[in-house]
Amino acid sequence: MSKIVARELNAWYDKKCAVKSLSIEINKNEILGIIGPANSGKTTFLRCLNRLNDLEPHFRIEGNVLIDGRDIYAKGADVDALRKRVGMVFALPLPLPMSIYENIVYGPRRQGISARQKLDGIVENSLKEAYLWDEVKDRLDMPAMKLSGGQQQRLCIARALAVEPEIILFDEPSSGLDPISTAKVEEAMLKLKEKYTIVLVTNHTKQAARVSDRVAFFLMGELVEIAPTARMFTNPRDPRTEGYISGKFG
Amino acid sequence: MNETLDTSTTPPAAVKETLLKQILNPRIVQKGAFFLLLLATLLVIVPVGMIVVIIVAKGAPAISWEFLSAMPSRGMRAGGIFPAIIGSIYLVGATIVFAIPVGVFSAIYLVEYAGNTLLTRMVKLAIINLAGVPSIVYGLFGLGLFVIFLGFGPSILAGALTLAIMILPIIITTSKEALDAVPKSFREASLALGASKWQTIRHVVLPNALPGILTGIILGISRAAGETAPILFTVAAFYLPRLPTSVFDQVMVLPYHLFVVSTQIPNIEQSYTYGTALVLVGMVLVTNLAAILLRSKYRKKL
Repeated sequence: MSKIVARELNAWYDKKCAVKSLSIEINKNEILGIIGPANSGKTTFLRCLNRLNDLEPHFRIEGNVLIDGRDIYAKGADVDALRKRVGMVFALPLPLPMSIYENIVYGPRRQGISARQKLDGIVENSLKEAYLWDEVKDRLDMPAMKLSGGQQQRLCIARALAVEPEIILFDEPSSGLDPISTAKVEEAMLKLKEKYTIVLVTNHTKQAARVSDRVAFFLMGELVEIAPTARMFTNPRDPRTEGYISGKFG
Repeated sequence: MNETLDTSTTPPAAVKETLLKQILNPRIVQKGAFFLLLLATLLVIVPVGMIVVIIVAKGAPAISWEFLSAMPSRGMRAGGIFPAIIGSIYLVGATIVFAIPVGVFSAIYLVEYAGNTLLTRMVKLAIINLAGVPSIVYGLFGLGLFVIFLGFGPSILAGALTLAIMILPIIITTSKEALDAVPKSFREASLALGASKWQTIRHVVLPNALPGILTGIILGISRAAGETAPILFTVAAFYLPRLPTSVFDQVMVLPYHLFVVSTQIPNIEQSYTYGTALVLVGMVLVTNLAAILLRSKYRKKL
């Protein structure tokens, strides 16, 4: 059964339509890469999955988004609980202005976990899962802002893991990173899909090719094509997909 | 046509142009601009410095333990200003108790919870305008509402409430700006981790806005400590050589006492007047300093 199902999803910012009658299914424990040019609705779609778009004053949505068969936009749905299940890593590393340790335990603390031993365990596990533990284990009390960009981004991954989500949304996670940091983030992602379902929005077609199981191509708010990665890059069915992948526009 | 005209006027125009170029030389323009900016800064610093120097020079001789700790005597020409100091401390303390929670909470509500409707925009505009209302108007308002209508009489309670209403706009406006300045990305990061809106405000927004909020509180306290008009009818006693026992008591207050000794008492020693001014300025300075230290402590924590 699909982990995430979107049906006939339409999304507007005020009068501007950002996502048009989009239907897509995302499987459990896969990495779905979403590619497409700027303003194609990739990020809007991503932010529909954890309802972060609710913060925009004139945002409107139609259609359904089901996670494990339940409509997350149903009346009375618990948004805070949803965001615990659906973690997010943003385009720019966004550590909160506190120590590395406090950044990781920020989520768990808000759920009421306060036993030091338990928090210590969460910090170690999530940093290990994000491939950052060895680099920071001796300086957990350092301000997170002092880490390098790549380390900050892996910290943000660790922080998202600390609340034990089921799904992780990556919004262009390596747009500000150097190739080596990018490689580390991708390595972490490939390992993470064993436990989590991952949706990756990326501007780098090659990144989608490297890590995704399937790739979706968005254009002007519409889903043009979705296919297993190998087929998508060798034999796209839609000429627009081919044009984008081969670099004719974008 | 043009060419012939040009050649006939070339020599004077060229001279003019080079002169103009020299004056508009970027380096000279830059020097001129820096000079103007420096001049403006000096114009600000010099009067402030002079005020402090004059008050200290003329007031320092009057400062003694007796001046700070004794009741006034001989029709306020001798003795100390103890009741006015205590009165000011009580009054400002009570003002803070009323103004800070109300001001900060309403700023949080306006920024985080109130939608962007016509009504809230009008409320915000009204608050900004309230900051510009002359303080004597607040004094009359306090007289009408607290002293007469609510029957508090001239008292610490009436005075503190009046001062609190006067400094609320300052606290709300600066707190609002501080809250608005917290990056949206911090809020998103917190919410994306499953934190509720209130948890986000409490653990991310407020700690980051605190230095700015403290600035507003500093400004408010200084204003409350130094104003005379709002306390004139609501709390200040002309001469009351004893300490208050409850919030319904009148008290002597430094700014009003300064007004009294400098205009109402003939044949008073000048140093007594300036000494009172020095104590008032010193008190405002100490409050500000305390708040600034507090603020820098929170800044470092971030």
